[in-house]
Amino acid sequence: MIPIEYYLILSAFMFIMGVIGVLTRKNAIIVFMSIELMLNSANLTFVTFSSYLGNVTGQLFVFFVMTVAAAEAAVGLAIIIALFRNKQTVSIDEINILKW
Amino acid sequence: MNLEIILFVIFSAIAVVSSVLMVTRRNAIMSALFLILNFGALSGLYLTLHAQFIAVVQVIVYAGAIMVLFLFVIMLLRPADDKGLLEEHPKMKWFAIGIGVFIFLQLAFVILFSSTVGSIVQAPNNIEIGTIQSIGKELYTKYLIPFEAAAFLLLAAAIGAIVLAKKKFN
Repeated sequence: MIPIEYYLILSAFMFIMGVIGVLTRKNAIIVFMSIELMLNSANLTFVTFSSYLGNVTGQLFVFFVMTVAAAEAAVGLAIIIALFRNKQTVSIDEINILKW
Repeated sequence: MNLEIILFVIFSAIAVVSSVLMVTRRNAIMSALFLILNFGALSGLYLTLHAQFIAVVQVIVYAGAIMVLFLFVIMLLRPADDKGLLEEHPKMKWFAIGIGVFIFLQLAFVILFSSTVGSIVQAPNNIEIGTIQSIGKELYTKYLIPFEAAAFLLLAAAIGAIVLAKKKFN
């Protein structure tokens, strides 16, 4: 039997890789994929506690998180396409018209 | 060593390596492919936790639908290769990595030294709760309204994506 800490540490590591990806990458699509990685690490925590506590609610939350992630991917990628059409780039350094 | 631990070690090693490679590769397509590998490993980890339904949905929805969308957009836009991780603004990036390590240490401290987490042992009924039957029963009784709201959210997202991405005609 695997101690619960192993799953939680793995999930924390994946979350941190997502954080580092969001903070360091310049390509908007890769930043977006890092956000998906962070969502997935949260999902792993949900499923771990659901399994260890014997409660199905965590897995239902993962189901809803996946719904939201699908909606987010569709809208976010549409925004990136619209940005690329207007500015010919997906680099977040050059997309700065809202910067003060 | 029993099978459970062997499977956990294999899948978690794949998940760790692929998440690191996903963040450090320059080419966006390589990043996307490593993210798919990571999702596959996560699906295996869900199986070791006896969450069968979530494992299958992970492969179909995440590795299948969402990542195909990502790959389509990457190949459509052909973004230039990113700079290497530390080529540009190395000071700022080391700072970002330092923040990441700091948050990781905080999380690890909470996980390893918390008195409540350490006392949790695997529930005996965890094989039954991951099945489609038990999830469906909860989903269509207790969580019916959130389920309908999720359906509406997907409809709104589909319409929004079409409106945002379509060509503007004057």
